[in-house]
Amino acid sequence: MTIKLMQGNEAIAMGSLAAGCRFYAGYPITPSTEVAEIMSRELPRVGGKFIQMEDEIASMAAIIGGSVGGLKSMTATSGPGFSLMQENIGYAAMAEIPCVVVNVQRLGPSTGQPTAASQGDVMQARWGTHGDHQIIVLSPISVAQSFELAVKAFNFSEKYRTPVILLTDEIIGHMREPIELPDFDTVEKVERVVTDSPADYKAFRNEPGDVPPMASFGLGYRYHITGLFHDEVGFPTQRLDEIDPWLERVNRKIENNTDDILLYQKDYQPGARTAILSYGATARTARHAMKQLRAKGQKVSLFTAQTLWPFPEKAVEELADSVERIIVPEMNMGQLALEVERMAGRKKVVRVNRANGEMVTPDMILEAAEN
Amino acid sequence: MSEHILSVHDLDVNEGQIPREDWFESSDTLQHLRKNKRFPTIWCSGCGIGVVMGSLIRAIESLGLENNNVALVAGIGCTARMPVYMDYNTLHTTHGRALAFATGLKIARPDMKIIAIMGDGDAMAIGGNHFIHAARRNIGITALVVNNSIYGMTGGQQSPTTPLDMRATTAPYGNIEPPFPICDLASAAGATYVARSTVYHPLELDKYLAQAISNDGFSLVEAVSYCHTTYGRINKLGSAADMMRVLKENSISKSAYDKLSDEEREFNTKTVRGVLHTKKRPEYTKVYGTLVDRVHEEAIKPRNYGGH
Ligand SMILES: Cc1ncc(C[n+]2csc(CCOP(=O)(O)OP(=O)(O)O)c2C)c(N)n1
Ligand code: SF4
Ligand SMILES: [Mg+2]
Repeated sequence: MTIKLMQGNEAIAMGSLAAGCRFYAGYPITPSTEVAEIMSRELPRVGGKFIQMEDEIASMAAIIGGSVGGLKSMTATSGPGFSLMQENIGYAAMAEIPCVVVNVQRLGPSTGQPTAASQGDVMQARWGTHGDHQIIVLSPISVAQSFELAVKAFNFSEKYRTPVILLTDEIIGHMREPIELPDFDTVEKVERVVTDSPADYKAFRNEPGDVPPMASFGLGYRYHITGLFHDEVGFPTQRLDEIDPWLERVNRKIENNTDDILLYQKDYQPGARTAILSYGATARTARHAMKQLRAKGQKVSLFTAQTLWPFPEKAVEELADSVERIIVPEMNMGQLALEVERMAGRKKVVRVNRANGEMVTPDMILEAAEN
Repeated sequence: MSEHILSVHDLDVNEGQIPREDWFESSDTLQHLRKNKRFPTIWCSGCGIGVVMGSLIRAIESLGLENNNVALVAGIGCTARMPVYMDYNTLHTTHGRALAFATGLKIARPDMKIIAIMGDGDAMAIGGNHFIHAARRNIGITALVVNNSIYGMTGGQQSPTTPLDMRATTAPYGNIEPPFPICDLASAAGATYVARSTVYHPLELDKYLAQAISNDGFSLVEAVSYCHTTYGRINKLGSAADMMRVLKENSISKSAYDKLSDEEREFNTKTVRGVLHTKKRPEYTKVYGTLVDRVHEEAIKPRNYGGH
């Protein structure tokens, strides 16, 4: 273990390498470019591969191809590039191909403000591609967590055969903090294991267990992968008795494992009537505001989410039961607040929003809390 | 063609649409089709795409490649449905992106033979950018483009290879855009093997595909085909057999073409069949391999991550 001072983006690169990422394909875009630059430098040193593709559509396609070929694969981008990746993110969800997509959010829509922070892609990360699908979205609040969640992102992607979005922002990405870097060999990694013989192998089997083992190409398991609805061996199908079990399984594989996937911290005060729920850079403001409120003698509970999707429904419902109102500060016009409202029942949800590239300030939260 | 790909009469109707085992044994080519896949194919009867499938199998077989070591990566379209029937590692991707998926796969598995199978719309319209960049990198992928001058799957819309003045459902008054010459584009962009033939000449396709797959770098084979169902109908070009005949009559071998006078060449309207371009240039994944070696040699001791 060593202690280093580094940026959030650098910590993401390090966490990805520690998790066993061996392929990066990407297209430069502020404020994510450092991830690409570091990976281009470090991957050849560990026997990995880096390529700068012709655009983000190609980058997303290439990492799926790399993953099918057996390499843990990632890309990193920001809003405009994330929009371009959506069709192939849906492909990865449909074909159940593990991969990690980092989105260092910047102010949008469109080219927006490339160097300004935002949390404007929370809904896009969930629903950006067409069609119903499950996805895992993780959001770090610090440099140390950028490392930890990069590792988690790779492990979840392999464990659940799904694309994972690491949704960070310009502030966390460019901020420098000291972090304790573990020895990469000691980092827990999920690897692909296939025990079936090629003759018995069904890449998309529905039983037993909800995550069929993933066989990489070229290992003797010759099978078909498609973005069309498919049967258990991967052939296109229009039969409802094949489509329905697949749909149920791919939903179950995420929904039944929320104990593992949902990451959040609770700092609750008994008797508190107000709670603050936040994530990403805004969680740092929220913590600051909480301290000030408590110093003034006001009881307040704090909920910090790292897993944004699937949304921690039960935990937020319980929180809503215990307080009168939940303040949701966000650097957007109110996106995760919609989910909080859905879970809050008749309790009040107070939105504190800023979507101009500036951070939500502690004062904005204090004002909401003191009203 | 010497062998048929599939006749519905070969199907055992009692077992649904999965052909009997002995049907697959009836020819060397058929053995490389998937024994658990339902047939017949989705293609209209008489479509030229099946001919290209036969050629591709024979080409792979002639090289003595292990099926486990071959991956077919396809985009979206009638052409791109080809791999699902074939017993290799097969990846059916998104429209236009076959080469980008294939690039990632080739980088992960430089030892594998990767063939990207695309229609003309797939490769030249939505996938045009990936096409020129894959060629520029000279990455070891064989691009197989079945050019039927139309968007077959979606019902006959204009494609970037639809000839001038010909009709399509989205060019009801005739096409006003000049078509892309696929082979010229590949050569100019950096491909190191470029060849073209037609589905009337499957033995040529067999040969060119085998040469393309043996080439280390980026290869293009343009298989000129037809779509009697859409393009043929809209333009009143007759049956599949009629359109086949045109491929025969309206094409010329490269060697015959080379013997033409300058003037004759200038006014030539026939499709030139042959190996149109070759070049020696290092292949991308091999170059990356030497980069990795260089990085290792120059590193005095292993990197301590996060030192900067
Ligand atoms: C992003 C996207 N746009 C459009 C389509 C619809 N689409 C499917 S196939 C196709 C064109 C196919 O033409 P071509 O590539 O020439 O293949 P062919 O069917 O002629 O073999 C189109 C436009 C799609 N599937 N995805
Ligand atoms: S629509 Fe045209 S290209 Fe598609 S299968 Fe039918 S004949 Fe072939
Ligand atoms: Mg076509």
